[in-house]
Amino acid sequence: MSHGTEAPVGADFEPTTWTGAARKRWLRTLPPEKMLPEHQPSYVASWIYVFGMLTIVAMIIAIASGVVITLGGVQWFHESSTGMFFNSLHYWSVQLFFLFMVVHLWGKYWMAAWRGKRALTWATGVLAFLTAVGVGFTGYVITTNFNAQWIAFEAKDVMNAIGVGSVFNVTNLGQMVTFHVAPLPVALVLIVAAHVLLVRKHGVVPPIDAIDHDAVVPAAETETSEVAS
Amino acid sequence: MNLLAISLDQPATYWQLGDSWILVSVPNFIMIVIMLALFVLALVLPFPGGKDEV
Repeated sequence: MSHGTEAPVGADFEPTTWTGAARKRWLRTLPPEKMLPEHQPSYVASWIYVFGMLTIVAMIIAIASGVVITLGGVQWFHESSTGMFFNSLHYWSVQLFFLFMVVHLWGKYWMAAWRGKRALTWATGVLAFLTAVGVGFTGYVITTNFNAQWIAFEAKDVMNAIGVGSVFNVTNLGQMVTFHVAPLPVALVLIVAAHVLLVRKHGVVPPIDAIDHDAVVPAAETETSEVAS
Repeated sequence: MNLLAISLDQPATYWQLGDSWILVSVPNFIMIVIMLALFVLALVLPFPGGKDEV
Protein backbone atom coordinates (compact mmCIF):
# COMPACT_ATOMS: atom_id res chain seq x y z
CA MET A 1 0.00 0.00 0.00
CA SER A 2 1.39 3.32 -1.02
CA HIS A 3 1.73 6.09 1.52
CA GLY A 4 2.89 8.83 -0.79
CA THR A 5 1.48 12.31 -1.13
CA GLU A 6 -1.46 11.40 -3.38
CA ALA A 7 -4.97 11.95 -2.06
CA PRO A 8 -6.37 9.24 0.22
CA VAL A 9 -8.90 6.84 -1.25
CA GLY A 10 -12.24 8.61 -1.59
CA ALA A 11 -10.71 12.08 -1.41
CA ASP A 12 -9.56 12.42 -5.05
CA PHE A 13 -12.44 14.56 -6.26
CA GLU A 14 -13.29 18.24 -6.58
CA PRO A 15 -16.06 19.02 -4.11
CA THR A 16 -18.97 21.21 -5.21
CA THR A 17 -20.84 21.18 -1.91
CA TRP A 18 -19.82 21.97 1.67
CA THR A 19 -20.53 18.41 2.69
CA GLY A 20 -18.21 17.13 -0.04
CA ALA A 21 -15.56 19.64 0.98
CA ALA A 22 -15.90 18.57 4.60
CA ARG A 23 -15.53 14.91 3.63
CA LYS A 24 -12.46 15.63 1.51
CA ARG A 25 -10.86 17.63 4.31
CA TRP A 26 -11.69 14.92 6.85
CA LEU A 27 -10.19 12.19 4.63
CA ARG A 28 -7.05 14.26 4.03
CA THR A 29 -6.66 14.98 7.75
CA LEU A 30 -7.66 11.59 9.08
CA PRO A 31 -7.59 8.90 6.37
CA PRO A 32 -8.99 5.53 7.51
CA GLU A 33 -5.53 4.03 8.01
CA LYS A 34 -4.78 6.76 10.55
CA MET A 35 -8.24 6.81 12.10
CA LEU A 36 -8.31 3.05 12.72
CA PRO A 37 -4.71 1.86 12.28
CA GLU A 38 -3.86 -1.78 11.80
CA HIS A 39 -0.38 -1.42 13.34
CA GLN A 40 1.34 0.73 15.89
CA PRO A 41 5.06 1.51 16.15
CA SER A 42 7.16 -1.00 18.08
CA TYR A 43 7.75 1.42 20.95
CA VAL A 44 4.02 1.34 21.77
CA ALA A 45 4.58 -2.15 23.20
CA SER A 46 5.18 -0.70 26.67
CA TRP A 47 2.95 -0.48 29.73
CA ILE A 48 3.38 3.29 29.89
CA TYR A 49 1.35 3.58 26.66
CA VAL A 50 -1.57 1.74 28.24
CA PHE A 51 -2.58 4.44 30.69
CA GLY A 52 -4.30 6.74 28.21
CA MET A 53 -6.75 4.03 27.23
CA LEU A 54 -7.12 2.95 30.88
CA THR A 55 -8.14 6.53 31.65
CA ILE A 56 -10.77 6.44 28.91
CA VAL A 57 -12.12 3.08 30.10
CA ALA A 58 -12.42 4.43 33.65
CA MET A 59 -14.17 7.51 32.27
CA ILE A 60 -16.67 5.37 30.34
CA ILE A 61 -17.46 3.35 33.49
CA ALA A 62 -17.80 6.56 35.51
CA ILE A 63 -20.19 8.06 32.96
CA ALA A 64 -22.24 4.86 32.60
CA SER A 65 -22.57 4.39 36.37
CA GLY A 66 -23.31 8.11 36.70
CA VAL A 67 -26.17 7.81 34.23
CA VAL A 68 -27.54 4.84 36.17
CA ILE A 69 -27.50 6.58 39.57
CA THR A 70 -28.90 9.77 38.05
CA LEU A 71 -31.83 7.83 36.62
CA GLY A 72 -32.24 5.84 39.85
CA GLY A 73 -32.37 8.87 42.09
CA VAL A 74 -30.79 9.80 45.42
CA GLN A 75 -32.94 7.59 47.61
CA TRP A 76 -32.29 4.57 45.42
CA PHE A 77 -28.51 4.90 45.32
CA HIS A 78 -28.30 5.72 49.04
CA GLU A 79 -30.55 2.99 50.39
CA SER A 80 -30.82 -0.02 48.07
CA SER A 81 -27.91 -2.42 47.80
CA THR A 82 -27.95 -2.24 44.00
CA GLY A 83 -28.04 1.53 44.14
CA MET A 84 -25.15 1.64 46.60
CA PHE A 85 -23.19 -0.69 44.33
CA PHE A 86 -23.58 1.70 41.40
CA ASN A 87 -22.84 4.66 43.67
CA SER A 88 -19.61 2.96 44.75
CA LEU A 89 -18.83 1.97 41.17
CA HIS A 90 -19.17 5.63 40.21
CA TYR A 91 -16.91 6.78 43.04
CA TRP A 92 -14.15 4.23 42.55
CA SER A 93 -14.12 4.49 38.75
CA VAL A 94 -13.51 8.21 39.23
CA GLN A 95 -10.63 7.45 41.62
CA LEU A 96 -9.13 5.15 39.00
CA PHE A 97 -9.79 7.72 36.27
CA PHE A 98 -7.70 10.34 38.06
CA LEU A 99 -5.06 7.79 39.07
CA PHE A 100 -4.61 6.55 35.50
CA MET A 101 -4.73 10.08 34.11
CA VAL A 102 -1.93 11.24 36.42
CA VAL A 103 0.30 8.31 35.43
CA HIS A 104 -0.54 9.04 31.76
CA LEU A 105 0.40 12.70 32.37
CA TRP A 106 3.72 11.77 33.98
CA GLY A 107 4.56 9.39 31.15
CA LYS A 108 3.81 11.98 28.49
CA TYR A 109 5.57 14.77 30.37
CA TRP A 110 8.84 12.86 30.72
CA MET A 111 8.85 11.88 27.05
CA ALA A 112 8.03 15.48 26.06
CA ALA A 113 4.91 14.38 24.22
CA TRP A 114 4.39 17.80 22.66
CA ARG A 115 7.23 17.08 20.20
CA GLY A 116 6.52 16.64 16.49
CA LYS A 117 3.67 19.14 16.08
CA ARG A 118 1.76 17.57 18.94
CA ALA A 119 1.31 20.80 20.93
CA LEU A 120 -2.45 20.76 20.41
CA THR A 121 -2.61 17.15 21.57
CA TRP A 122 -0.80 18.17 24.76
CA ALA A 123 -3.03 21.25 25.17
CA THR A 124 -6.25 19.26 24.84
CA GLY A 125 -4.86 16.84 27.44
CA VAL A 126 -4.30 19.75 29.83
CA LEU A 127 -7.80 21.03 29.10
CA ALA A 128 -9.26 17.56 29.69
CA PHE A 129 -7.45 17.38 33.04
CA LEU A 130 -8.77 20.78 34.15
CA THR A 131 -12.30 19.94 33.00
CA ALA A 132 -12.11 16.62 34.84
CA VAL A 133 -11.15 18.51 38.00
CA GLY A 134 -14.31 20.58 37.53
CA VAL A 135 -16.43 17.46 37.06
CA GLY A 136 -14.82 15.86 40.10
CA PHE A 137 -15.29 18.98 42.22
CA THR A 138 -18.98 19.36 41.38
CA GLY A 139 -19.35 15.65 42.12
CA TYR A 140 -17.84 16.05 45.58
CA VAL A 141 -20.07 18.98 46.54
CA ILE A 142 -23.32 17.15 45.64
CA THR A 143 -22.80 14.11 47.87
CA THR A 144 -24.91 15.86 50.58
CA ASN A 145 -22.74 14.92 53.54
CA PHE A 146 -20.49 16.86 55.90
CA ASN A 147 -17.52 16.36 53.59
CA ALA A 148 -19.45 17.96 50.73
CA GLN A 149 -20.59 20.79 52.97
CA TRP A 150 -17.02 21.46 54.09
CA ILE A 151 -15.68 21.44 50.53
CA ALA A 152 -18.49 23.69 49.28
CA PHE A 153 -18.07 26.25 52.05
CA GLU A 154 -14.32 26.39 51.54
CA ALA A 155 -14.74 26.67 47.77
CA LYS A 156 -17.38 29.38 47.91
CA ASP A 157 -14.76 31.77 49.31
CA VAL A 158 -12.51 30.98 46.37
CA MET A 159 -15.34 31.53 43.91
CA ASN A 160 -16.30 34.81 45.56
CA ALA A 161 -12.67 35.93 45.62
CA ILE A 162 -12.36 35.50 41.86
CA GLY A 163 -15.76 37.12 41.30
CA VAL A 164 -17.82 34.24 39.94
CA GLY A 165 -19.63 33.23 43.12
CA SER A 166 -22.89 34.80 42.02
CA VAL A 167 -23.13 32.77 38.81
CA PHE A 168 -21.29 29.63 39.98
CA ASN A 169 -22.68 29.14 43.47
CA VAL A 170 -21.07 26.00 44.90
CA THR A 171 -23.52 25.95 47.81
CA ASN A 172 -26.45 25.76 45.38
CA LEU A 173 -27.04 22.02 45.23
CA GLY A 174 -29.36 22.12 42.21
CA GLN A 175 -26.92 24.20 40.18
CA MET A 176 -24.01 21.92 41.06
CA VAL A 177 -26.00 18.81 40.11
CA THR A 178 -26.79 20.36 36.74
CA PHE A 179 -23.15 21.25 36.13
CA HIS A 180 -22.05 17.77 37.20
CA VAL A 181 -24.45 15.76 35.04
CA ALA A 182 -24.75 17.89 31.90
CA PRO A 183 -22.34 20.58 30.63
CA LEU A 184 -19.12 19.51 32.34
CA PRO A 185 -19.16 15.78 31.45
CA VAL A 186 -20.30 16.61 27.90
CA ALA A 187 -17.42 19.06 27.59
CA LEU A 188 -15.02 16.46 28.99
CA VAL A 189 -16.13 13.82 26.48
CA LEU A 190 -15.79 16.28 23.58
CA ILE A 191 -12.30 17.35 24.70
CA VAL A 192 -11.19 13.75 25.18
CA ALA A 193 -12.58 12.89 21.73
CA ALA A 194 -10.58 15.74 20.21
CA HIS A 195 -7.53 14.56 22.15
CA VAL A 196 -7.84 11.03 20.76
CA LEU A 197 -8.43 12.26 17.19
CA LEU A 198 -5.28 14.38 17.45
CA VAL A 199 -3.34 11.35 18.66
CA ARG A 200 -4.66 9.47 15.62
CA LYS A 201 -3.71 12.33 13.32
CA HIS A 202 -0.15 12.82 14.53
CA GLY A 203 0.54 9.26 15.68
CA VAL A 204 1.63 8.11 19.11
CA VAL A 205 4.61 10.10 20.33
CA PRO A 206 7.86 8.10 20.23
CA PRO A 207 10.21 7.84 23.19
CA ILE A 208 13.02 10.39 22.94
CA ASP A 209 15.68 7.77 22.25
CA ALA A 210 13.54 5.92 19.70
CA ILE A 211 13.40 8.62 17.03
CA ASP A 212 16.21 7.30 14.88
CA HIS A 213 15.82 3.59 14.95
CA ASP A 214 12.31 2.52 15.91
CA ALA A 215 9.41 1.80 13.63
CA VAL A 216 7.01 4.57 12.74
CA VAL A 217 3.32 4.38 11.93
CA PRO A 218 3.21 3.99 8.13
CA ALA A 219 0.42 6.56 7.78
CA ALA A 220 2.42 9.07 9.80
CA GLU A 221 5.05 9.01 7.07
CA THR A 222 2.64 10.60 4.64
CA GLU A 223 2.75 13.85 6.56
CA THR A 224 5.78 15.90 7.31
CA SER A 225 7.37 12.80 8.80
CA GLU A 226 8.67 14.77 11.72
CA VAL A 227 8.98 11.55 13.68
CA ALA A 228 11.34 9.82 11.33
CA SER A 229 13.40 12.83 10.38
CA MET B 1 -21.92 -1.19 58.17
CA ASN B 2 -18.47 -2.47 59.05
CA LEU B 3 -17.65 -4.29 55.85
CA LEU B 4 -14.63 -2.11 55.25
CA ALA B 5 -11.38 -2.79 57.03
CA ILE B 6 -10.83 0.97 57.06
CA SER B 7 -13.74 3.20 57.91
CA LEU B 8 -14.14 5.90 55.29
CA ASP B 9 -16.89 7.62 57.27
CA GLN B 10 -14.63 9.76 59.40
CA PRO B 11 -12.08 12.51 58.88
CA ALA B 12 -8.77 11.29 57.50
CA THR B 13 -5.53 11.28 59.47
CA TYR B 14 -3.05 13.90 58.31
CA TRP B 15 0.75 13.74 58.27
CA GLN B 16 2.75 16.92 58.56
CA LEU B 17 6.48 17.25 57.99
CA GLY B 18 7.60 18.95 61.19
CA ASP B 19 6.15 22.45 61.36
CA SER B 20 6.41 22.93 57.61
CA TRP B 21 3.61 23.56 55.13
CA ILE B 22 3.94 20.00 53.85
CA LEU B 23 0.68 18.38 54.94
CA VAL B 24 -0.91 15.33 53.37
CA SER B 25 -3.75 13.05 54.37
CA VAL B 26 -2.95 9.35 54.64
CA PRO B 27 -5.45 8.39 51.86
CA ASN B 28 -3.94 10.96 49.50
CA PHE B 29 -0.42 9.82 50.42
CA ILE B 30 -1.37 6.21 49.67
CA MET B 31 -2.77 7.26 46.27
CA ILE B 32 0.41 9.17 45.44
CA VAL B 33 2.54 6.16 46.37
CA ILE B 34 0.34 3.88 44.22
CA MET B 35 0.65 6.25 41.25
CA LEU B 36 4.43 6.47 41.61
CA ALA B 37 4.66 2.67 41.88
CA LEU B 38 2.48 2.22 38.78
CA PHE B 39 4.61 4.72 36.89
CA VAL B 40 7.86 2.94 37.74
CA LEU B 41 6.39 -0.52 37.08
CA ALA B 42 5.03 0.64 33.71
CA LEU B 43 8.55 1.63 32.71
CA VAL B 44 10.40 -1.47 33.89
CA LEU B 45 7.97 -4.36 33.44
CA PRO B 46 8.17 -6.13 30.07
CA PHE B 47 5.09 -5.80 27.90
CA PRO B 48 3.46 -9.12 26.90
CA GLY B 49 4.28 -10.01 23.33
CA GLY B 50 7.48 -8.04 23.24
CA LYS B 51 8.59 -5.54 20.66
CA ASP B 52 9.13 -8.01 17.83
CA GLU B 53 5.47 -8.53 16.98
CA VAL B 54 4.87 -5.13 15.46
